[in-house]
Amino acid sequence: MPSSCRSGVCQSCLMRAREGTPPAAAQSGIKDTLRAQGYFLSCRCVPEGDLSVALPEDGAGRFASTITGIRQLSDTVMELRLARPEGFEYRAGQFATLINGQEVARSYSVASVPELDADLEFQIALVPGGAMSGWLANEAAAGTALHVQGPNGHCFYACADREQPLLLAGTGTGLAPLYGIARDALRQGHTGPIHLFHGALREPGLYLHEPLRALASEWEHFHYHACVLNGPAADEVHVGPLDAWLLETLGTLKGFRAYLCGAPEFVKLMQRKVFLAGVSLQEVFVDSFLPAKAP
Amino acid sequence: MSTLYERLGGEAAVNAAVDVFYRHVLSDDRINYWFEDVDMERQAAKQKAFMTMAFGGPHNYTGDDMRNGHKHLVEKGLNDSHFDAVAENLAKALAELNVPQAEIDEVLALVGTTRNDVLGR
Repeated sequence: MPSSCRSGVCQSCLMRAREGTPPAAAQSGIKDTLRAQGYFLSCRCVPEGDLSVALPEDGAGRFASTITGIRQLSDTVMELRLARPEGFEYRAGQFATLINGQEVARSYSVASVPELDADLEFQIALVPGGAMSGWLANEAAAGTALHVQGPNGHCFYACADREQPLLLAGTGTGLAPLYGIARDALRQGHTGPIHLFHGALREPGLYLHEPLRALASEWEHFHYHACVLNGPAADEVHVGPLDAWLLETLGTLKGFRAYLCGAPEFVKLMQRKVFLAGVSLQEVFVDSFLPAKAP
Repeated sequence: MSTLYERLGGEAAVNAAVDVFYRHVLSDDRINYWFEDVDMERQAAKQKAFMTMAFGGPHNYTGDDMRNGHKHLVEKGLNDSHFDAVAENLAKALAELNVPQAEIDEVLALVGTTRNDVLGR
């Protein structure tokens, strides 16, 4: 069985119980509809009795797909495009698990918007020695088959109040879901200010700099704030820690809805900071990019 | 005669109070280190459940839950001074939200009933 996060998040180890009842811990966090059909997470399953199990079938959240394109967005980030399988319904900002022919499974945020983009698009960081990113960079190409499972996650645009100010903050490829959420919000006619902060170690890590600047000039209420930890950088790019600069730029965050994506340490730090700066607990949405763990 | 929970404003009041209260807690150096490693999303749900209980609303907390939930903290030295500080922040939050003193006293009395369970006595 493929597995990735071993924390109950990626759901790449999904299996189905034919007979017997999976323990509650192995079913926590999966969709009601799947739970009702006996699906469970095998990496967290310590059976309490006899259990007859089966692999998930296509259609039960696992879809066959084909790569339609791979290109470099920067030295360390690739854009992967897949044909969107029929029946794969998602919302911008959710994530999916990719499973290649060698049963390597990794979860990535979807960067595309279903209503705007025909393909499924992902922004994938090249991880040194990474099983999936290495395979994508060196072996996969347009036409290569793989499976997509999902979507999962609650980090998407669903504002009842179109005027609510939005804060989208992410580091590295944490930008992928935020890019989808921002475009989805604009598409749905969000009128409140949208502030997108992207942080990178160095300037080449701002891999969507030009598209985001273009989006900002197209929409008056969309603001793109680029930030790198280490200079040098262009005039419009801030050099310094993202959290401090974000709070300095926006001041109080009372009334904001916040979406925070990227490295777990960044997300955790920002959750606390934006809450203390005025965002209600219920208005904080996060997506922590957990690294894959060895089984 | 309406219940305390109804007089305070039910779930909407709980939601408003949780934010103000928990912000005070995280800003209070006497106790915020207890919350350093918590998962904020889970914490939001827990704080809401706690506040609902403190307001006399519908909840499922038992004395054993309180005992088990704080056991690992008691082992690390959680004591009356921390309990008092949390109660103080709660009173402060409610006062800011213009809850009358009589109701604040009722809330504190309810919270006080959990002291021995929380501190494992």
